[in-house]
Amino acid sequence: MNGAAALLKALERQGVTTVFGHPGGAIMPVYDALYDSPIRHVLVRHEQAGAHAADAYYRASGRVGVCFATSGPGATNLVTGLATAHMDSSAMVAVTGNVPSSLIGTDAFQEADVTGITLPVTKHNYLVQHVNDIPLVVAEAFHIAATGRPGPVLIDVPKDVQQAEFSGSFEVEIDLPGYRPTLVGNARQIKRAANVIREAKRPVLMVGGGGQCAPEAVARFAEVSGIPVITTLMGIGAYPAGGEQALGMPGMHGTVTANRAITHCDLILGAGLRFDDRVTGKISRFAPNATVVHIDVDPAEISKLVKAHVPVVGDLRDVLPRLTELLGRLDIDDWWQQLHEWKGRYPERYKTDKPLVSQEVIQMLERATGGDCVVTTEVGQHQMFAARLFPTSRPRTWISSGGLGTMGFGLPAAIGAAFARPGETVVCVAGDGSVQMNIQELATIYKHQLPIVIAITNNGMLGMVRQWQEMFHAQRYSEVFLADSNPDFAKLAEAYGIEGHNVFDRETAARIIPEAIAAKRPVLLNFVVYESEKVFPMIPAGAGVDEMIIGDQEPEERQASGKVGS
Amino acid sequence: MSATAAVAVDLARQHVMSVTVRDRPGVLVRIAALFARRGFNIESLSVAQSETPGMSRTTFVVFGADDAVEQLQKQLQKLIDVVKVIDHSEGPYVDRELMLIKVAVRTPDDRVELRQIAQDFRARIIDVDRHALVFEVTGDEGKTGAFIEQMRSFGILELIRTGRVALPRTAGQRSASQDTGAGSGASRAA
Repeated sequence: MNGAAALLKALERQGVTTVFGHPGGAIMPVYDALYDSPIRHVLVRHEQAGAHAADAYYRASGRVGVCFATSGPGATNLVTGLATAHMDSSAMVAVTGNVPSSLIGTDAFQEADVTGITLPVTKHNYLVQHVNDIPLVVAEAFHIAATGRPGPVLIDVPKDVQQAEFSGSFEVEIDLPGYRPTLVGNARQIKRAANVIREAKRPVLMVGGGGQCAPEAVARFAEVSGIPVITTLMGIGAYPAGGEQALGMPGMHGTVTANRAITHCDLILGAGLRFDDRVTGKISRFAPNATVVHIDVDPAEISKLVKAHVPVVGDLRDVLPRLTELLGRLDIDDWWQQLHEWKGRYPERYKTDKPLVSQEVIQMLERATGGDCVVTTEVGQHQMFAARLFPTSRPRTWISSGGLGTMGFGLPAAIGAAFARPGETVVCVAGDGSVQMNIQELATIYKHQLPIVIAITNNGMLGMVRQWQEMFHAQRYSEVFLADSNPDFAKLAEAYGIEGHNVFDRETAARIIPEAIAAKRPVLLNFVVYESEKVFPMIPAGAGVDEMIIGDQEPEERQASGKVGS
Repeated sequence: MSATAAVAVDLARQHVMSVTVRDRPGVLVRIAALFARRGFNIESLSVAQSETPGMSRTTFVVFGADDAVEQLQKQLQKLIDVVKVIDHSEGPYVDRELMLIKVAVRTPDDRVELRQIAQDFRARIIDVDRHALVFEVTGDEGKTGAFIEQMRSFGILELIRTGRVALPRTAGQRSASQDTGAGSGASRAA
């Protein structure tokens, strides 16, 4: 057995069944060994797509996603995917080939310092130096990727190591003295948390991506305490979006109710989140009256941006049930009355006095699926519309690039999700800009006949950038116009062997969406929508949560200053 | 943020940190890159084997506000190869650095005076030349700094310092894993 075969064996022992990848010179021994391996390899058409698919495979299943790439350009193409997974705490293991050890450092053909390049965007990485180290490195990589705060790990394997005869053992013992995640919360801190929660008159529970691992604990806590629940972009699905106590998404494009609740609450219980700037807006105006209880498995996230009055380091699956035990139903009827009033006054709304708009397309998708599907998104206006109009109600069914905001994520993510959850329909909500960033993956989707509906809300614009230019750059529309050179998306789909439709009106949309959802095979729907639609509410970058702009003519409590931030 | 940033600058002070790491390829790069990524300037750095085989102890001196340095400490702790982080500024500690300094000798009087100062500082003369002396000075920052000041009027030709090394005093030793746990007891990398 050579190193390459040992690598696949080691992956198999970690339970790996599916790998996304693209071959090349320095990883050919691994691809040769794949020939005799039970591991299924999904050939993507760009390594970045392989990384996103592996990332989404984890997000959709909770099982570590794996991708392969060759040295040099293959590996550097993974970087965006690794950074995306790193930001969103997604467990994946990337294996890259490298040039033979004797050539490392000589600027050999297709050589790049991959461990150096990926250092800041991985949880950890390895350069394997001896063939017999492979089982231990693989075991450590999976352990690190999947435990504590999940993240991507890269294993770089020089070609000669892949080819060398393996004489080691697969029975390995992990010894990582510098890595012992705190999973069990401190009892005293949990008690302190319970005490402040019990005292609260206007509390909210805010659930982030960590909630995807602990949906039962979240639901139980909400049920027992009766506390309102806000789910961040990463937390969608961790608590049912349609649930009685759900207030929706917070932050820049959050719901009025969620953002008002943050401003007026006297306690925030943050669970499995990192208080990203898109959520908090200007920190000094974020939840100014609140006692902050912050539960997270990563101690470095606590008090990083929002000062936590009661920090609890630990896994939500441990901490939340123990906290629930200490609490009964909170007496917060007045607070609920206020929240219901806001909810009633600010329902999701958009105007349909125009040609077809993105929001109604996305709402039709939601109705056609009943939310019983996996949603992946690209990044932009459609993503925010989908977060508000098409949030899913089951954990691990909402897959979107949050922290890094990676255009080109959604289409390959749909592939990863389709392999992770066979039999389920995947809807990829996309824009005409971002879908083109990994459009070559239509080939992968066609090849495997994956049940993916690609819904492009096509306004012929880089819509989110256009919106900022309209609002903050004096309507100087710079390099956002796509319509003059977009492809005919239906024809493009057909060129890949995928059924494609261009849809221009709401009647056709209403008819074709249910058909596409029912088809259980790849369908691309290109909805030509109103070009100047904007996402509201909006908190301008750098402004406070209380400075939200609710709609075109409806300023919130205070008019936003309209300053430009990032 | 500008207001808070200004406050942060006001509260900035020197922190001496010991980081115990596993001897793995690239571990120093990981640490140095983290400092750079989080916007810290390393004032001094020293690395050497520790008492445990396979482990090295590095000492960093950084300048920053307490909360920023606490965040840095937590980020360091997250590195897989970092076993332990201690911010000595949080408790009593001893620190030393070694300096070699070459000073011009212009007159015989200079030579006499330099020898006298060296004696006062318990500095050793380790190289003697007609026109220069090389001193070895060991001590804390105050001592090496004072010695440099004394030498200025003679003319410092060259100077090299190892950077500081530090250990907590035995009584009152507190490790980072107790201090940065945000009250959670033993907090470790996630």
